[in-house]
Amino acid sequence: MLRFVLLAAVAFSSMARAEIPSKDKRSGFDFMSPQTQAMQSDETSNPGMLWVLDGERMWSESQGKAEKSCASCHEDAAKTMRGVAARYPAFDEQTKRPIDLAGRINRCRETRQDAPPLARESNELLTLSAYVAYQSHGMPITPAADRRLDKYRENGRAWFERRLGQLQLSCASCHDDRWGARLGGSVIPQGHPTGYPLYRLEWQAVGSLQRRLRGCLVGVRAEPFEYGASEYVDIELFLMSRAAGLKMETPAVRP
Amino acid sequence: MKRRLIWLLLTLCAATSIASAITPVTRLHAYKVEGDAIAHPLAGLSGDAARGASLVQQRHKSLCVLCHAGPFPDPHLQGTIAPDLTGVGARLSAGQLRLRIVNMKRLNPDSIMPVYFEIIADSQEVRVAETWRDRPILTAQEIEDLVAYLQTLR
Ligand code: HEC
Ligand code: HEC
Ligand code: HEC
Repeated sequence: MLRFVLLAAVAFSSMARAEIPSKDKRSGFDFMSPQTQAMQSDETSNPGMLWVLDGERMWSESQGKAEKSCASCHEDAAKTMRGVAARYPAFDEQTKRPIDLAGRINRCRETRQDAPPLARESNELLTLSAYVAYQSHGMPITPAADRRLDKYRENGRAWFERRLGQLQLSCASCHDDRWGARLGGSVIPQGHPTGYPLYRLEWQAVGSLQRRLRGCLVGVRAEPFEYGASEYVDIELFLMSRAAGLKMETPAVRP
Repeated sequence: MKRRLIWLLLTLCAATSIASAITPVTRLHAYKVEGDAIAHPLAGLSGDAARGASLVQQRHKSLCVLCHAGPFPDPHLQGTIAPDLTGVGARLSAGQLRLRIVNMKRLNPDSIMPVYFEIIADSQEVRVAETWRDRPILTAQEIEDLVAYLQTLR
């Protein structure tokens, strides 16, 4: 009996698929019900579009002591912000480490608008991020080819593969090895960051990738990182390279 | 091997500090593994199958149905990443069930099934959430209740 269990266990663990071959890469969209897919695909029914539209208004609102709007410098976002989110996080010359899109937006607020930074997960920062990321909608994820990012991406990978929390599960145990199967009532997606910020039915609001990662960390009974932590940015860097080629969906809808 | 030893030491250190760190009902007891089983009930407790039946379905506490399906209500909310527990009482003895819940990783170190009756050695890379630090997932009594219930699944 013991031998049988052990054999079965070995068979099971060698079944583990490890890294997902590019032909099998699938967005979380593909694992959703047709109703939720339709809600995302039709911009008139996608609740995330409310944030995008709000962001369009914020884009040209002047802010801070500099009395400048994003538009004062970047003009038409449809042209100047096109493709930006698809290649973030990028290397930040100031801090000499990767910066995510929300961090980059806050940088412009502080240094160009002379305004206080917006809090992580604040509605305003989510709104601006959603608007900027929407300009990459439909474009393939193309991670920045900057060798200086490599070690941070590897750090992100290490977090992805490490067993975490009281339950001792790694991101990879679910998203590399068991995607497509069910955890309780939810189908486990591959964990690609294609749609952020996105509208989650469970949140009844738009939230960031970091909020999603927080959920997975709390799920394995691990202490989440502080919002904005460098670990989240490193994990995002790894997730974006893992998702290379998939199309940006911001603002996506998820259950 | 060396890492295993360190882990063991850490676990032991954690285990000795636990008595003060957790609620009095949750206590870790020594147990003896024979073959692939723990023959004797933990702490000599006897299980209650009715309590076990309710516990097995508590997705936020026992978590069993997140991974396992079985002869329980709401099959659409049951996981598909672990063997179906239907008939498990006929396949496994009480002692075998006990060891699998206490620590499946003794049988398969790569198993994703959580360790229910040991303390996970915490570190900056493990990041056990504060609420769950220095305590096992279930108590000896809860594990005996589950064993009693799973025995009835034949
Ligand atoms: C125990 C299983 C499990 C673990 C471990 C886990 N996740 Fe998840 N993850 C899920 C499930 C299930 C969902 C989908 C939840 C839903 O939509 O209801 C999800 C969703 C996600 C998504 C959203 C994908 C999308 O389409 O928007 C990302 C990104 C993600 N996880 C990343 C991670 C990372 C990074 C880790 C490790 C820090 C991790 N997950 C750990 C189960 C897990
Ligand atoms: C006074 C000018 C100015 C204002 C106002 C300004 N920016 Fe910028 N922004 C820049 C410049 C210059 C850069 C180029 C990077 C640098 O700072 O070296 C930049 C870079 C960016 C980038 C990164 C683009 C890339 O290709 O990596 C984003 C995203 C961005 N800004 C968003 C915003 C948003 C959103 C606002 C309003 C909240 C804003 N900016 C306001 C001048 C400005
Ligand atoms: C995160 C996933 C997960 C959770 C939660 C989980 N298990 Fe498991 N369990 C497994 C897997 C996977 C196996 C297969 C054996 C292996 O991993 O080597 C297994 C095997 C078993 C077995 C042996 C089944 C057989 O047919 O040999 C029993 C009994 C069992 N689990 C009971 C439980 C009980 C009771 C709970 C809740 C207290 C539970 N499990 C929670 C993943 C899980």
